[in-house]
Amino acid sequence: MSADPHAAHGHDEIEMPHASMRDYVIGFVLSVILTAIPFWLVMTMPLSAAATGAIIMGFAVVQIVVHMVYFLHMTPKAEGGWSLTSLVFTIIVVVIMLAGSLWVMHHLNTNMMPMSHEDARQVP
Amino acid sequence: MSAKTITADEPVQFYDLDEHAHPEGHSTMLGFWIYLMSDCLIFAILFACYAVLGGSYAAGPSPKDLFDLKLIALNTAMLLFSSITYGFAVLQMQQGKVKGVQLWLAVTGLFGLAFLGIELYEFHHLIEIGAGPQRSAFLSSFFTLVGTHGLHVTFGIIWLVTLMVQLSKHGLIAANKRRVMCLSMFWHFLDVVWIGVFTFVYLMGVLR
Repeated sequence: MSADPHAAHGHDEIEMPHASMRDYVIGFVLSVILTAIPFWLVMTMPLSAAATGAIIMGFAVVQIVVHMVYFLHMTPKAEGGWSLTSLVFTIIVVVIMLAGSLWVMHHLNTNMMPMSHEDARQVP
Repeated sequence: MSAKTITADEPVQFYDLDEHAHPEGHSTMLGFWIYLMSDCLIFAILFACYAVLGGSYAAGPSPKDLFDLKLIALNTAMLLFSSITYGFAVLQMQQGKVKGVQLWLAVTGLFGLAFLGIELYEFHHLIEIGAGPQRSAFLSSFFTLVGTHGLHVTFGIIWLVTLMVQLSKHGLIAANKRRVMCLSMFWHFLDVVWIGVFTFVYLMGVLR
């Protein structure tokens, strides 16, 4: 393939990510492992709650990357880099939104009047 | 876009005025990816909502009382199986076998339906025991987040059936190949969102 993107113009066929059996099988096996371990950790609880929480969040992040690479065929070069650019932009917005919401709402909760369970039952 | 070296015998060009031939649908894959990213923002908002409200039980039931992890594991397995069977459909498409594509799409649809069935059973059970969306802020945000994902799967199945009809009518034409790849992205994207749901909502909920 030529390095000039204009050279691809005029072809009938549109470039599509090439999938292979190997990719899908690797992705599937990794996903099964990365799903089974968190479920096993939470169902049998061999570790403390805090450690389990941190580990399963880590597994989720790894599994999302596995899905992106092996099932969604994300490469830095897909669509001339624009897929990755929009993905990075989305991740930045998501992180700001999630962290910001949690931060602001945590402070608001901290500054609220305390309410007991009995009070909560009276709330309409 | 492309860097062109200006040579002495060529006039200097400041604007690219030439018409380029754009094959039909050449930007569909990128456009669909950007749609998925915007969909990702919808889910991010719902996740943020759940993160903020997930601990507000209003003296009602907590995740520990409600969630049955065996059921969720089964549900996750259904979605994971549907992901790899969709992959098989894409592989059949690359080999130009329309029958194989149809077969694997049908299998994917069945796994999707199984997922939806289990989810509806769970929702029905929760509402029946009085843990419906109106019980507490935790349950409102839970039903909104998981329900939105379920709605996406529902529309994915409708799309899948539509695609099977189009495939049987027109075969593996370029437009249909493009549609198969778009639905592939949509389907795998839903699986990615589900990773977030089962980790953050169900597993973290039980730990809480």
